[in-house]
Amino acid sequence: MATAPRYWRENPSRYNMVGIKCNSCGRHFFPPRAICPVCHRKSVGKIEITKLKGEGKIFSFTEVQEGLEELSLQRPYIVALVELTEGARVTGQIIDCEACDLTIGTPVRATLRKLSEEGPSGVIHYGYKFVPIKEKAP
Amino acid sequence: MKVGIVSYGAYIPRYRITPEEIGKVWGVDGKSMSKGLMINCKSVPSPDEDTITISVEAARNMMRRCGVSPKEIGALYVGSESHPYAVKPTGTIVAEAIEAAPHLTVADYEFACKAGTAAIQTCMGLVGSGMVKYGVAIGADTSQGAPGDALEFSASAGGAAFLIGSEKIIATIDNTYSFTTDTPDFWRREGQMYPRHGGRFTGEPAYFKHVLAGAKGLMERMKSTSKDYTYAVFHQPNGKFPSRVAKQLGFADAQIKSGLLAPMIGNTYSGAVPLGLAAILDEAKAGDRILAVAYGSGAGSDAFDITVTQEIESYARGKAPTVKELNTNLKFLDYATYAKFRGKILLGGE
Repeated sequence: MATAPRYWRENPSRYNMVGIKCNSCGRHFFPPRAICPVCHRKSVGKIEITKLKGEGKIFSFTEVQEGLEELSLQRPYIVALVELTEGARVTGQIIDCEACDLTIGTPVRATLRKLSEEGPSGVIHYGYKFVPIKEKAP
Repeated sequence: MKVGIVSYGAYIPRYRITPEEIGKVWGVDGKSMSKGLMINCKSVPSPDEDTITISVEAARNMMRRCGVSPKEIGALYVGSESHPYAVKPTGTIVAEAIEAAPHLTVADYEFACKAGTAAIQTCMGLVGSGMVKYGVAIGADTSQGAPGDALEFSASAGGAAFLIGSEKIIATIDNTYSFTTDTPDFWRREGQMYPRHGGRFTGEPAYFKHVLAGAKGLMERMKSTSKDYTYAVFHQPNGKFPSRVAKQLGFADAQIKSGLLAPMIGNTYSGAVPLGLAAILDEAKAGDRILAVAYGSGAGSDAFDITVTQEIESYARGKAPTVKELNTNLKFLDYATYAKFRGKILLGGE
């Protein structure tokens, strides 16, 4: 079944890391949700749609040998839990590097890549993946 | 009204393959191919990269360097011959990804390797006439060469984006001139996976005739000579053609060196002159004058006379990677992996 409308609704988050901020406790969450999982009822009416910077550091990561069919051309690939600077944690693929280049705490930033496609004639889905941030030579 | 470049950004995938590696598979002397074409290696997109992701990355790098709000962008054009969709504009996704949507006009362009510069000309007209405040022009490609074909040694991937406006211009575009004819030197029919070309016919009656006419036509109109330019960048299907055309026009190696990227990344098609221009802007100083001539098979050329302004001194070039920096963190592929990445292996299933 075509999933284009479902993906389309999530495009702001997938393209530009749009999440939420709970103005009751000040925490950020990604992807967006209707109420704060910490404040529950107290957060009603206090949820603010917020664009996250898309930068953070690796909280933990793993190299996947047997993974998703749509990523078979990229096997083995790296998946990490990224802690964004705003505090929210996001799962994402880490690209343009080898697993041996990474450590917990490696700074990363979000970039846009192809996530999957609905067959050769279907819609192509785009969204965030993370690349390590290279330190600029002084 | 002065119109010019307000900001720019580039992007090149990290993967590379050498002509030697390609030649090994097809029984061709890759070393002499490399020497003849003046291509040491070419860029290869990752399986999750295409013209859309390259355009987005280049456009985001462009936006990082300037303080312009994306909501002030009134037009966005992406020139490419490898748009991922035949119908569904690349520009819609790029506009959404840089948060310029929805109040702008968007379209995709195609003119072989010069679709990106055609986009620059359109933006110049829209900004110059006051129809839009800023226009974005992108040239990007993940070009295809049929397995074993001569094109496979050069067809690569990359792109650059330019924000065209009339305020805080880092480089004014003082004039542009185009030269267009009906010349069937290179083409791809609808539904075909790979383009075809006329072999040696792509040289004299195609590339050289149009690039020379474009450059000379512009220089006549500007009453300039090759000595008046600090830099020149020509379309680069390989390293040899632009070097030869530069000599014919009286340009010295020092003038074309900075914008000549084909030896390191191959032919990025619609991205070629835009990337070469980006590499020049990475190092240019106020007062430098640039001649840029793009060529597109089919055939036509777009020539630009550009002058770098004082504004470049306070422009935040360091907020995005330079072309030189994009040419680091490289990973060289063997032919089998390259064939897998480029969809040249027939997979079972759907």
